[in-house]
Amino acid sequence: MKIQIANGRVIDPANQIDARQDVFIEGGKIIALGTAPAGFMAEKVIDAKGLIVAPGLVDLSARLREPGFEYRATLESEMQAAMAGGITSLACPPDTDPVLDEPGLVEMLCFRAKKLHCAHVYPVGALTTKLEGKRITEMAELVEAGCVAFSQVNTPVVDTNVLMRAMQYAATFGFRVWLQPIDAHLGKGGVAHDGEVASRMGLTGIPVETETVALETHLSLAKLTGVKLHITRISSAAALEAIERARAGGLDVTCDVAAHHLHLCDMDIGYFDPQCYVVPPLRSQRDRTALRAGLASGKINAVCSDHTPVDDDGKQMPFAEAEPGMTGLETLLPLVLKWAQEDKVALADALARVTASAAGIMGITKGGHLGVGARADVVIFDAAAEQVLTREALKSQGKNTPFLGLPLPGVVKHTLVEGRIMFG
Amino acid sequence: MLNPQLTKDGRLRHLITLDGLPKAILTEILDIAAPFTEVAEREVKKLPLLRGKSVFNVFFENSTRTRTTFEIAAKRLSADVINLNVATSSTNKGETLLDTVDNLCAMGADMFVMRHASSGAPYLLAQHLRNTGRDHISVVNAGDGRHAHPTQGLLDMYTIRHYKQDFTRLTVAVVGDVLHSRVARSEIAALTTLGVPEVRVIGPKTLLPTDVERMGVRVFHDMEEGLKGVDVVMMLRLQNERMQGALLPSSQEYFKCYGLTEEKLALAAKDAIVLHPGPMNRGVEIDSAVADGANAVILPQVTFGIAVRMAVMSMLAAGN
Repeated sequence: MKIQIANGRVIDPANQIDARQDVFIEGGKIIALGTAPAGFMAEKVIDAKGLIVAPGLVDLSARLREPGFEYRATLESEMQAAMAGGITSLACPPDTDPVLDEPGLVEMLCFRAKKLHCAHVYPVGALTTKLEGKRITEMAELVEAGCVAFSQVNTPVVDTNVLMRAMQYAATFGFRVWLQPIDAHLGKGGVAHDGEVASRMGLTGIPVETETVALETHLSLAKLTGVKLHITRISSAAALEAIERARAGGLDVTCDVAAHHLHLCDMDIGYFDPQCYVVPPLRSQRDRTALRAGLASGKINAVCSDHTPVDDDGKQMPFAEAEPGMTGLETLLPLVLKWAQEDKVALADALARVTASAAGIMGITKGGHLGVGARADVVIFDAAAEQVLTREALKSQGKNTPFLGLPLPGVVKHTLVEGRIMFG
Repeated sequence: MLNPQLTKDGRLRHLITLDGLPKAILTEILDIAAPFTEVAEREVKKLPLLRGKSVFNVFFENSTRTRTTFEIAAKRLSADVINLNVATSSTNKGETLLDTVDNLCAMGADMFVMRHASSGAPYLLAQHLRNTGRDHISVVNAGDGRHAHPTQGLLDMYTIRHYKQDFTRLTVAVVGDVLHSRVARSEIAALTTLGVPEVRVIGPKTLLPTDVERMGVRVFHDMEEGLKGVDVVMMLRLQNERMQGALLPSSQEYFKCYGLTEEKLALAAKDAIVLHPGPMNRGVEIDSAVADGANAVILPQVTFGIAVRMAVMSMLAAGN
């Protein structure tokens, strides 16, 4: 279908565009910006007056819960959530059941996702089989099947020799390795940031050093192996400082933060709210401030939803027994906008962290921007409007978020995937 | 955020923690407990304050002393008491905490006395009762994880007030495994709220929580130093499983450094009292000579515990 998105403010960070212009779509691709190509007759005109027209968001981590955890969420439900949240490309971590460590599983996931014609799903393969940290996976085969990177998610590789070899092997082929810095022992069994709040509440603490000790190992091994390393979900000021030190030493490393870490800290646990139980934990106010500043300055390259749908049974438990995680596909854009508004970050810069930079980390070129020839993955939203987040409005099967009942900025009006209007 | 354990007009709805509870309420509980201590000396040890009410003792973690004293307290107030040792029953069959509670509500519970191994579990229960329109049922926390043991904290305050009267002239030391102790957290909260000018904690760094000084205490690692001139010594129980591994090398070494002996006690004020929440590990955290000595008030603590629990239950019953 030929679509003209008219009168909107187009923000495309990758191409440094922030201007009022029209976008022309044909054959699932962007064919022109500004003036219509000769002979273009729109079959549908979307009036985007007063709205932002941006590349569909690219999310570096969204658990879709398939295979294995369909009672918590299904591809269908979470794809609807992605569309409602304006997310058109997403990486899904390998901590499914079975783990994404076999090409067949990855192919099946890609096939199932493709059939739904919603967001483009980019599986992240397991770095080691079953995430056990013992044997490296068939990375070349997994990439052929569709994996864009390799990760251990929240299960650290205890044997540093295996970790080093896995990174070395990935480096052989130029594959990307995404690591979550968690020490296997320090802070084990912990559920909250080790500090005054956890001490008062009698919750087992996870010190910042759980993150930095593992991180220093990851950075050293990246230097040794030359692997393309991306550090996921940093939670502390100290981690960002360590990454900056490594960069000063010449290491090319990227990192991201989860959107909820920009807004919440350990104090928000309040009266043991299990919705605030996440991995890594919500840390101190000082850490939150550093993460917000780091994202604004670009030291933190991207922000993601870290979408983790959990059913009510998994959350209606005492804090430490609850399932960790937060639903996030539908709050990613609002939380990014809220951060940008509060810290006076230019909208184009804020959107870059969920579009162009995230696409760069994933290594995808067809999404994350609105250049001519790119996939027509577009989100059209009202940045000025606010809406209260309600359980009923959430499309995700996971209703687990502490932001319920709060007014958040940003209302998605339309989401287009390859030129099809999938939402609104 | 509204404090879930208080009603809108600031009265006690549940008793979950002493942390954040106003001084007036703490004092009120101690005042109400005072006459209840005499009930035990009567021929008929019964008051009708909870007549017709059903108190469910729901223990997801084993306990003898606390459960028994709650049972006695409820019975002296004429309540019907039902004891459930859930640690050995349905939750082992996969039933969730809230399912268990729903079933007990259906059996007509008016009050839950709950012990649970997870910090914060009573908040979950209180919130669930609120969400399901059962706000009239009150929750008494009989110990949750490492978080709080409010009635123990209160009975300790009662004991201190009984022997020392004025909180505002005291130096109090809490000794031992503060890290894992819900009793210590409740004691520290109560002592600081009641105006004790100097609360000390004494223990090795491995057994003190991160940022413990932010709770308003002075930290000592040297027990002799920490005990100098104190009026009250509050010993904590050291659980056996802590004694080997990364936290402590051995019970012998612990006793040598942090066990309360007569020699160490001699550094405290002459009329210092020694408290212990029980059960005691003689020869580990406390020497028998001290436990059975003239300064120990460990048995009166147990007696006062019944009165304090009666006070809490009668206040909750009157409020709801």
